[in-house]
Amino acid sequence: MPNNGLYVRDLSVYYGKKQAVKEINLDFAAKEVTALIGPSGCGKSTFLRSLNRMNDLIGDARITGEIWIEDKNINDPSVDVVLLRQKIGMVWQRPNPFHKSIYENIAFGPRYHGIKNKKQLNEIVETSLRKAALWEETKDRLHQSALSLSGGQQQRLCIARSLAVKPKIILMDEPASALDPVSTAKIEELISELKQDYCIIIVTHNMHQAARISDKTAFFFMGELVEFDDTQKMFTNPSKKQTDDYISGRFG
Amino acid sequence: MSAKLANRIATVVIIAVAIFIVAILAGLLGYILVRGLGHVSWDFLTSVPQSIREGGGIGPQLFNSVFLLVLTLLITVPLGVGAGIYMSEYAKANRFTDFIRLVVEVLSSFPSIVVGLFGLLVLVHYFGLGYSLFAGALALTVFNLPLMVRITEQAIRAVPKEQKEASLALGLSRWKTITSIMLPIAMPNILTGTILASGRVFGEAAALLFTAGMSSPRLDFTNWNPFSSNSPLNPFRPAETLAVHIWKINSEGLAPDAAEIAAGASAVLVIVVLLFNFTARFIGGYIHRKFTASK
Amino acid sequence: MKERVTLDHPKEKISKQHLTEEWVGKIYTWLCIIVLIVTIFSMVYFVASRGLTTFFRGVNVWEFISGLRWQPDAKPPIFGALPFIFGSFSTSIMAALIAAPLGFCAAIFMTEIMPKYGRRYLQPVIELLAGIPSVVYGFVGLSIIVPFLRDTFPGQGLGLAAGAIVLSIMILPTITTIATDALSALPGGLKEGSYALGATRWQTIYRIVLPTTFPALMTGVVLGISRAFGEALAVQMVIGNAPFLPRSLFDSTSTLTSVITLSMGNTVMNSPHNNALWSLALILMLMTFVFVFIVRWLERRTKI
Repeated sequence: MPNNGLYVRDLSVYYGKKQAVKEINLDFAAKEVTALIGPSGCGKSTFLRSLNRMNDLIGDARITGEIWIEDKNINDPSVDVVLLRQKIGMVWQRPNPFHKSIYENIAFGPRYHGIKNKKQLNEIVETSLRKAALWEETKDRLHQSALSLSGGQQQRLCIARSLAVKPKIILMDEPASALDPVSTAKIEELISELKQDYCIIIVTHNMHQAARISDKTAFFFMGELVEFDDTQKMFTNPSKKQTDDYISGRFG
Repeated sequence: MSAKLANRIATVVIIAVAIFIVAILAGLLGYILVRGLGHVSWDFLTSVPQSIREGGGIGPQLFNSVFLLVLTLLITVPLGVGAGIYMSEYAKANRFTDFIRLVVEVLSSFPSIVVGLFGLLVLVHYFGLGYSLFAGALALTVFNLPLMVRITEQAIRAVPKEQKEASLALGLSRWKTITSIMLPIAMPNILTGTILASGRVFGEAAALLFTAGMSSPRLDFTNWNPFSSNSPLNPFRPAETLAVHIWKINSEGLAPDAAEIAAGASAVLVIVVLLFNFTARFIGGYIHRKFTASK
Repeated sequence: MKERVTLDHPKEKISKQHLTEEWVGKIYTWLCIIVLIVTIFSMVYFVASRGLTTFFRGVNVWEFISGLRWQPDAKPPIFGALPFIFGSFSTSIMAALIAAPLGFCAAIFMTEIMPKYGRRYLQPVIELLAGIPSVVYGFVGLSIIVPFLRDTFPGQGLGLAAGAIVLSIMILPTITTIATDALSALPGGLKEGSYALGATRWQTIYRIVLPTTFPALMTGVVLGISRAFGEALAVQMVIGNAPFLPRSLFDSTSTLTSVITLSMGNTVMNSPHNNALWSLALILMLMTFVFVFIVRWLERRTKI
């Protein structure tokens, strides 16, 4: 039985009759960044969304296979999805802060999970914003609407929001694809820092980004995992021709 | 050439029809307001109606209409919002859901007079509520509920998926996600829809003839104890509303100034409905500006 | 072994809180749905059981539907509902015949001819027309349309024509709104193809746009007829309320709804007259089902 990190065994996802993800086996280590790359529609986002069972929300999605975290298979019917999701943060392609104040965006999760003490909440807000490198920019305007922030700031706020509930794993679905280059650089920097504490799995379209920030890279194509290896090896000396073709920009 | 001529004629006809429709509304509103507003005064709005003499007002009817609307909303909104949430968030794509959709559709196409008869039989007689505000409010609920369900369902469906997922990913329960993230975002749309629906409820008469009744007891507007029989707030007293009053004086009014009273009351009714419409439009426009500005 | 991802949850009390919440949500929304279902079933049951009483007590169904005389006070009372059935169908179909061309023109104006003006002026006008209460339509019909008809045509003014005109204005918004939605949902390429072949706008509209959207346009018309069929007070105020088949458009007559409105309050529960009125309500209800069925059938054809 695996006991370290996140282990995916024979994971398949079906939308109706179509099999979007085909029998994936993958191991993710703690304190590492793993990048999932591949052309659009290759199943990498669907795969990511099954790691915190977000696909449960889609009516005709059917998932088979196992995802082990510690000694629990999270696809087991007995697993409490709500509790599971508290341990797995998620960041989306487009920044999606709640229509609330900056402070409330972050305090919302922890307060729901039972922290009512005002001082404790203030602390969580501050540490989360600091970790997301947003504290200096927002400390004087915590009670303004989160929608008043720029796109890049909103995305970092969303990262801070997920950090506030103390997750172990953070899933990121193309977190920088809707941002300008400066904001993108900040997010990448942030990811490199966060990896000291978290297991980060990031879907990205941007080959250079994957090369810059990840330790491991997985290449998906047509719902299948083609290759999975150290990022450095993948980008310099991939063992499959398909990977080489994709990375060197011959398709996708 | 003839194709071009036909095109020109058709265009002219269509524009003429559009102008004609605008003229109908302008004529309608103009007629009601010009004819009615002359009769509307503070005294008219507050005094009691006279059955045979002239100079009667519409005070109790106006109060009844407002009170009945409030009662109806108190019952309809929680039910309609709940059912709307079910339809948008909990309903699975299966036969049962199709069946509920059919129920909502049938309920919304029921003639309001039939709803009124149902109220007469079940609420007034069977449950012994008599002709009362409460029976009227329940009948109006039947009449208004399908609309409320649709409004809520659409408003909740319009909430961006990412908002819902963000909340669930933080480990919030579905119900908490609905109530504290999705409902607040959907609220302006629900509010706009509710206000428009209120206009419909305010003007409805057929469902009320045999439920809230066609008479109003002598009300003591200093007695605000809801359990006292002549208190305006007593929900178990009969209550003729403004719309019912207009119908009644048109068909059996004996007062010499019945036509003027009908005109005045119609003007008041139309103004209230216009107010509801403009409020809804204003809120709708405000939301539109807010959302387009933030993007 | 330090770098382990774990799922431990120190606070066990949280787990109960959210489970309770989920139950609260499920039970609450379920209750609302149950209220809806109970309402519709009890309505159908009560209206049907009261409406059928007439026929269980010796009145022949066919005679009821086809009888021309409605004399509840005769001894024995005679219940022939054909005049009312005819009144309801003729007023609502005539109303649709008047309103449909107007509504289609308005929809074409808003989508094809002048969308900008259409959205800014015509749309709000249509919405306001939909918002005006039916008693106000009845009042205006009584004070403008009826006198006009009385002065222009033979008869008292009250009658079939007055009813149809009032109803046509009332159902105009329904027909227009649905037609507008249908026309604006049309894919742009369809029209461009026609224009590219050198067709004029009108040719494009009546050769391409109207035929393609026909089922949707008919949906609006049927919904309009359904609304007119069930409308009670406005019609009752202008139709004259004579319990006979009309001899002309300007002759006083009655509809199903107008008889119920006028007589229900003056009858005693369970009397033959009262039961006969419930039977009229039953006809109204059955027609509602028919209209819903037709609308659904048309909607299915729209999607194809």
